[in-house]
Amino acid sequence: MIAIIDYGAGNLTSVERAVSYLGFDGKITADAHTILSSEKVIFPGVGAAGATMDNLNAHRLADVLKTCYTSGKPMLGICIGIQILFDYSEEGDTECLGILPGIVDKFEATPQLKVPQIGWNEVHQTDSHPIFQGVPNPAHFYFVNSYYPIPAQPAVVIGKTTYGVDFCSVVARQNLIATQFHLEKSGRVGLRMLDNFLQCK
Amino acid sequence: MLTKRIIPCLDVRAGKVTKGVAFKGNVDVGDPVEMARFYYENGVDELVFYDITASNEKRNIMIDVVSAVAAEIFIPFSVGGGLRELEDMRRVLLAGAEKVSIDSGAVRNPQLIKQGAKAFGSQCVVLSMQVKRVPENDEIPSGFEIFIDGGRRSTGLDAIQWAQRGVELGAGEIVVNSIDQDGTKAGYDLELTGAIAALAPVPVIASGGAGKPKHLRDVFVESNADAAIVASITHYGEFTIENIKQYLDSEGVAVRNTW
Repeated sequence: MIAIIDYGAGNLTSVERAVSYLGFDGKITADAHTILSSEKVIFPGVGAAGATMDNLNAHRLADVLKTCYTSGKPMLGICIGIQILFDYSEEGDTECLGILPGIVDKFEATPQLKVPQIGWNEVHQTDSHPIFQGVPNPAHFYFVNSYYPIPAQPAVVIGKTTYGVDFCSVVARQNLIATQFHLEKSGRVGLRMLDNFLQCK
Repeated sequence: MLTKRIIPCLDVRAGKVTKGVAFKGNVDVGDPVEMARFYYENGVDELVFYDITASNEKRNIMIDVVSAVAAEIFIPFSVGGGLRELEDMRRVLLAGAEKVSIDSGAVRNPQLIKQGAKAFGSQCVVLSMQVKRVPENDEIPSGFEIFIDGGRRSTGLDAIQWAQRGVELGAGEIVVNSIDQDGTKAGYDLELTGAIAALAPVPVIASGGAGKPKHLRDVFVESNADAAIVASITHYGEFTIENIKQYLDSEGVAVRNTW
């Protein structure tokens, strides 16, 4: 069973639909025991960093996610799910999980650069990783974001995208993978990456 | 680089597409799910479904359509038509739409935009505007007026001011549909689209008038639109999404060409 963490953020059902389309059993849950006993964990969603962390803390899930990480359980973060991994987010001056060192900053809006970024942008694979198996380099993915992660350790960055600045759009460390874009809304290449995660041992 | 989006619009009445015609292959052109799948497989960036069902009793059929599309189409799509309350928006989003498109309902009750943005996030709320050119006057200083109810009823609202108000209330994207250009195949209203795109801090989607690929290039390059809605130009098989993207690419417009 794949636990899809429910922390009050939107867009959970589309992740569940994609998981089910690929032939896996996804379960939307905020229950610590269910999450700890799952094979894999996905933490998806759209929403604000502050509200997301408040929800995780209220359900005592911040520690559960950290335990999942240290125990080696395969984990996939999507959109807000990549941002909360870091120490801190500028969005609402929010202390995040601190699983990865680094911060989350906001795009600077200009007349040419609308914020949030909404649409399809290129992801350039900067390192080889099994999550990219069968995915063209570069390939387009669907983004909806005003904020972007700045990892303190360049080694965790495996994908980059340009929107005014070059930013980190995919990170990986040990059993953890996270994407700033929506895999579940990115057509066949997105499903391919999601399938790579679901198939991994 | 962020790419320009091409968004086919499917008008759906009581669960059937009203304009679908000449796709090649074995596509049931009346079936919104089949048409959506066809477009999805051919590299379309996003879809919009507009429910033009007249009676309220048949609106549940649209929810079934949304669920069926969401089960197999993994790109964003929005749903509009007849959304008047927060609950209408919630049902469509829970059925699997990425966004809701509100139009006359937002003019009648602007708080609907705010409520939707608060409940679901601005990125879910698309403000769609039906705009017609009128003589400039004190009420309509830009000469672009908002119409509602399928373009039949004038409102006395200036389109530029309404777009600004919509963004302030929380709209995450704006669809600018030109009533004058709609169905003409003579091109988008470049002046109107450009005026809204210049002031809106959110993406602007041009609609109405696409007849050939050059029209998309013009609205992207000259009016700085972020996306363009198409209907008959691709529904009837005259151009494919791939044709249009190849042309745009050759004109230096960034498009999504991997799928």
